[in-house]
Amino acid sequence: MNKSLQPVMSVRGLNKHFGTLHALKDINIDVMPGEVLGIIGPSGSGKSTLIRCLNRMETPSDGIVRFQDREVGNGFKSKGGNVGTGELRRQVGMVFQHFNLFPHLTVLQNVAIGPIKVLKQQRAEAEAFARTQLDQVGLSDKYDAYPSQLSGGQKQRVAIARALAMKPEMILLDEVTSALDPELVGEVLQVIRKLAADGMTMVLVTHEMAFAADVASRVVFMEAGRIAEVGTPEEILRSPKTERLKSFLARFHA
Amino acid sequence: MYHWDFYTVLQSFDLFLVGIWTTFLYTIGSIAIGGVIGLLVAFARLSRFAVLRILARSYQEIFRCTPLLMQILWAYYALPLLLGFTISNTAAGLLMLSLYVGSFYAEIFRGGINAIDKGQTEASLAVGMSAFQTMRYIVLPQAVKKMMPAFINQSVIQVKNTSLLYAISIAELTYMTSVVNSETYRPLEAYTLAGIMYFVLLFPLTQFADMYERRMRRSD
Repeated sequence: MNKSLQPVMSVRGLNKHFGTLHALKDINIDVMPGEVLGIIGPSGSGKSTLIRCLNRMETPSDGIVRFQDREVGNGFKSKGGNVGTGELRRQVGMVFQHFNLFPHLTVLQNVAIGPIKVLKQQRAEAEAFARTQLDQVGLSDKYDAYPSQLSGGQKQRVAIARALAMKPEMILLDEVTSALDPELVGEVLQVIRKLAADGMTMVLVTHEMAFAADVASRVVFMEAGRIAEVGTPEEILRSPKTERLKSFLARFHA
Repeated sequence: MYHWDFYTVLQSFDLFLVGIWTTFLYTIGSIAIGGVIGLLVAFARLSRFAVLRILARSYQEIFRCTPLLMQILWAYYALPLLLGFTISNTAAGLLMLSLYVGSFYAEIFRGGINAIDKGQTEASLAVGMSAFQTMRYIVLPQAVKKMMPAFINQSVIQVKNTSLLYAISIAELTYMTSVVNSETYRPLEAYTLAGIMYFVLLFPLTQFADMYERRMRRSD
């Protein structure tokens, strides 16, 4: 990796407590431009909490998240040198496990609403761009459908188009295939693979080991709120160092 | 065998019309004011500030747990003693009807907003929308659909509750019926006719609520 490059996002000394639960323990990680960072680990290891701290869906209890070398603050508006959550989320898209499409809006409106309301684009301009994004994910024939008329895989592709419509600097993907029927996983992974090839910076939490190996440039293994191992997919998945990672991977090879 | 005679009563039809019009005005007025109160109180109940939550909750419980008739009498006869000046029956009636229905609306609105999946709010915030935009464009449009049947139901009750204004001599339908009765000495016809009028006004509304609910269930 080029050392002169500045991380898109960097996390330092991040801790998160939920009451008595210490969900994240002293997390330090950088996300470099164009990198696809895969996060794997058992349930409850803090993967989702970590990714949700990156766009401030969760407020860290302690520690610093920096976006393009500016510290992320707690307020909606950017203040002083700090990035507000509004500006942060404009530039860092998120795709959720359960899609969370807006059921009262059409597919096209789902994708265009962010650019219209947040980026203050004209409706025509926003919808034209929304169409190109829907074309990108293979949904040219679904502009006017409502989310309830779509399959899970189609819903998730709309959700990805919705994130892309904001022209984000990076995208967070939180177990985006976990709620899908197995036969629908492929179409979503294919879209993500294409984004990776196009150089989109991504952080993805996943249970699909083969996919992590395939698309990620670096893999983080989390265990009990800590980053237990970081490395290339090759290192993490083929030659794990810790016992915990070995036993975790063994369950997938079985 | 009782000899029905609607003719005498119908000669006072203009008095019924005054009653219906007054009932209509108090219904619309109190639903509009109560709707605004309900929305503000619902947001107060959902606020992060404990003081607002407690104040809103206290208001709701006071108005939900005392009879409307007593509230109306209190506002008209008792409140002036605290204020040091009298208030008109119009003001007292409208105020109490609005506050009463507002306390129930608040609960309906709060329930509707809470019924929207948290993922909707998260997805909206995740594209950079503010909390206000999220409420305005994502949560409320969905919540309104969900709360509509309960809202209509409460509004139907509200139409009937205007009859309690009788107690402070406001010329709504029930009061005007008593006027017709005292002029014609035909209580059976007068009150039966008034009952039919309430029914004709409200039956379409309850039917609409049912139809709306069925259509909603299909579109989900």
